[in-house]
Parts: sequence; structure tokens; C-alpha cells
Amino acid sequence: MNAIYKKELKSYFCSPVTYTMIALFLLLISIFFYLGNLMSQDPNFGSTLQTGEYFLIFFAPIITMKLLAEEKKNKTEVLLLTSPASVVSIVLGKFFAAFTVFMIMVGITVIYPIILLFFGTLPTASIIGNYIGFIFMGALFLSIGLLASSLSDSQVLSAVVGIVSLFLLWFVGGIGESLGGVLGKILTWISPIYRYTSFANGLLKFSDIVFYLSMTGLLLYVTVVNTERKRWKQG
Amino acid sequence: MIEIKNLTKTYGQIKALDDISFEVNDGEVLGFLGLNGAGKTTTMNIITGFIPPTSGTVTVEGFDVMEKPEEVKKHIGYLPEHPPLYMDLTVREYLNFVAKLRKVEPDKIKANMEYALESVKILDVADRLIMNLSKGYKQRVGFAQALIGNPKILILDEPTVGLDPTQVIEIRSLISNLKKKHTIIFSSHILSEVSAVSSRIVIIDSGRIIAQGDTRSLSRSIGGKNLRVSILGPKSSVLSAIKNVYGVKSVELAEVHDDVCTFDIEQAENEDIRKALFYEMAKRSYPIYALKSLDDNLEDIFLGIVKRGGAKGGRS
Repeated sequence: MNAIYKKELKSYFCSPVTYTMIALFLLLISIFFYLGNLMSQDPNFGSTLQTGEYFLIFFAPIITMKLLAEEKKNKTEVLLLTSPASVVSIVLGKFFAAFTVFMIMVGITVIYPIILLFFGTLPTASIIGNYIGFIFMGALFLSIGLLASSLSDSQVLSAVVGIVSLFLLWFVGGIGESLGGVLGKILTWISPIYRYTSFANGLLKFSDIVFYLSMTGLLLYVTVVNTERKRWKQG
Repeated sequence: MIEIKNLTKTYGQIKALDDISFEVNDGEVLGFLGLNGAGKTTTMNIITGFIPPTSGTVTVEGFDVMEKPEEVKKHIGYLPEHPPLYMDLTVREYLNFVAKLRKVEPDKIKANMEYALESVKILDVADRLIMNLSKGYKQRVGFAQALIGNPKILILDEPTVGLDPTQVIEIRSLISNLKKKHTIIFSSHILSEVSAVSSRIVIIDSGRIIAQGDTRSLSRSIGGKNLRVSILGPKSSVLSAIKNVYGVKSVELAEVHDDVCTFDIEQAENEDIRKALFYEMAKRSYPIYALKSLDDNLEDIFLGIVKRGGAKGGRS
């Protein structure tokens, strides 16, 4: 796992795509920081971070799109799958590399609350809660992106599939609410956006943390199964 | 030791492999010969555990590929048809990555890499990015990758395809050097290449083994029966002179060019007429300009084997 993690991380930072992506993400966050915090004199950076979740719909699948699709396209998948390394360790290595890139993006945004600190007191609980929620949400989105990347050998296709899936997931809660009944309850229950609300309020609920972690784990497991199944099916 | 028993692989309606069985003993170099699409790559992908067979078993060093894939993979170094290279790494970084992937012990990684780099003679490009290397070098990096971890078995899928003649010779001599330390299976669609380095040949066509046996007897039985000879002299007298040679079954005029007549000669079973032909022509002062075997391309060999209903060494 370590070897794959290091290799992926290196290839991320050898690619201009990564730098462009990080820059674009920070540019967007900066704009909302300027409008939402500086202009409107609101010390709660958490609300800006909440807006940032929308960007994650695009950024997470773009981070992960190449991870498995490119291996297939360049026929390097053979090397990984004929080595004694297990598919689980391959998928985890790749996931954590993507997660590290994501954490670097998130890490840089810490500058903004620090800037705000010079002008007054901050709603610390809400900001920390938002960060924790943002990171869990990011991990979940990355695992969806990684699954999308395991579906084909085209990076563009995996990015599109990832973005569309995340869009649908975004609306699941709203649909559930309007539907009502058992189905509605289930839909609201699986909505990561609804789960996020308590983090935004500065509440750390154990059930929410378990939800994000287990959903991420489940999606990674599906990716592992899919990678193996493909091999079993058509070679 | 590799044992392949009743291996079958189907893709939907298409049968890529049809009941293939053969063995590879320790220290042997097995040439796997077949046209493109015959099933060579499929067989190799199954042996290495990349794809599963539809039915049948593969046992490597006593471990079943389906049951203990990780044990099997430890013993095999695989060079697929397209070398699996990461273009954004340097050769050294790449080999280091492969070593970790293969779970080579950390203190042995360096020695392993040096051995691989030296064996395929790529020390001079070791610190260059793979994307900047020529095709021949890329192929050798792929080869080096297969040597990492010092696997007992090397499986090489068409290692010389797309290389220039000097590189082909280098790869061949490399295989010859490696056979002292490794059991090797390598595939090719060129008979002369397979017979040059391997001790045993398996010929596969449309997913079935059509002949197998040791190189010398198989080459003799499948090749060299028909000759094409170019001789300077008047065509009718040369023709009658050839007919005079012992062992000639039939002879046919192919073309005449500047008084050089070219004939296709069919030899009788188990006869080699070349020596007799030479002395006969020398006696009559008709110089031989060229003499070659007509059976050195695979299509002819396949046709020959199919016509004869399997070559010596057994049809499976």
C-alpha cells in the first residue's frame, strides 16, 4: 500500500493538473471568503466552507479520475494485478494519495480563519465542526470518484460519471423530504448533505461520523470488488 | 515447474483457448509459438493470474493459481506484450516501485535493482524519465521489471516485437544468459527466434496446441522439406541435372532471370538433398546462387502440420 501511495502522490505532484486544480479551488474559496466574510463582515468561515462543498462535487472526481482509469489505458494494470500486492492495498494506496491531495487543498484554506482572527473573535466550534464535516464529506466524495474511475479506461468518462453521481446524491435529501414516508426517510438518512448540518452547527455526532466512515469504506470495498470482478469477467 | 491442465477460456461465444495442456520443467526454456490471436497472450495472462480460466488448472511450483494467487505471483516475473511502464517515473524510481510492489525485502532492493539494470544493460539511462526513452530501451526496462525480486519463472510475451535487428539479437542473447538462472516461457510468432533460444516448443493455433516437442526434432519435422534454389545455367539441362539428384521428389521451375533459373524442389521424406545437389551442380559447372528452405514461415508450417495431421512429438 505504501509503495502505491508514494507513487501516486509523486505522480500527482508531477502533473500540472493537480496544481491547476488546487489553484482553482483556492481561487473559488477566496472569492467566497471575500464576499461572504470580508465584505459582509461575517466571522463565520464555516459558511464559506459550506459553499465549498458544492465545488467538491467537481473537484473530488477530478482528483480521482485518473487513479484506476489510467492504469487500464496504459496497460499498467497488469503489473499491479500480477504482483503479490492485494487489490485492497492497491485501492487503499490510491485512495489515501487522493485524500492527501484533498487535505493539502483543505489545509491551505486554514489561512482564511486565521486572517479573520485578526479582526475579532471567531465562532470556533462551528468552524472546527465545518472543517471536520468537510473532511469526512471529501473522503466520501473521493471514494465515489474512485469507484467511477474503476468503471472504465477513460478519465473523462470517470470524471463525468463521478460528477453526475455526486449531483444526484446532492439532491437525494431534498427529494426524500418532499416524498415523505418510509422511502423519504431512507433517502434523507443516506443524504450526506443532511448529515453535514450538525457538523456545521458545531455538533459532533457519533452516528454521523460512523455514517461517513462506513459509507466511504463501503464504496472502497465496491471498488475493490469491481476491480477484481472485471478481471474475472473479461480480462 | 509449471503444469497446465485442460485449460479452456471462452469470451462469450468465442473460444480463445480450447483444452490446452503442457508442462514446463525447472530450468527449461519453452518457446510458445503461434500467430497473432492464437491464444498465446491469453495463456500467459492465465498463468500469471491476471485473468482466470473458464476451466482447467494451472499449477506453479505446486501452488494453484486460482487458490493461492499470491504464492504463485511471488514466483513469476511477467513481461506483458505492452511493457507496463509509468512514463512519469525514472527507470530507477520505477524499478524501486516494482520491488516494493513485489515485496522484496528493503535491504535487498538495491542489489535487486542493480542486477536488473545490469542484466538488460540500461545502467546508462537509469536516471532518465521513462517517457524519454526509445522503444528498445522501454522494452528493456519492461524486461528489467520482470527480473525484480529474482523470480524463479520468467514469462515473456513477444519480447522482441517492434525492435530493430540489433536489439532483437541482444534480447535473444539476454534470454540465453538468463536461462541458467530462470525457467522461461516466451512467446513469439517467428520460428527461427523460438528455435534459436528454446529447448522445447509448443505450437498453438486457434486456441489449440497443434504440436509440441523438443526444438530440434520439431524443427526438423516441420521445416526444411521444400527448397528454393537459384542456379546459373541453361534451364532444361539444369532441370534434368536436379532430377538426377538422389532424394528429389519433384521439381518445378519458378522463374528465370538473367540466365539464373530458380526452382522449387520438394524433397523426399527424411532426405536432405543439399549436399548432393551441390556436388552434382559443381560437377556440371552450374554455380548455385542461392539456396533456402521454403518452410520457414509459420503459415506454411501450420498448413504443413494440419495437412499431416500433427507433427512428430504428438498432437494434443
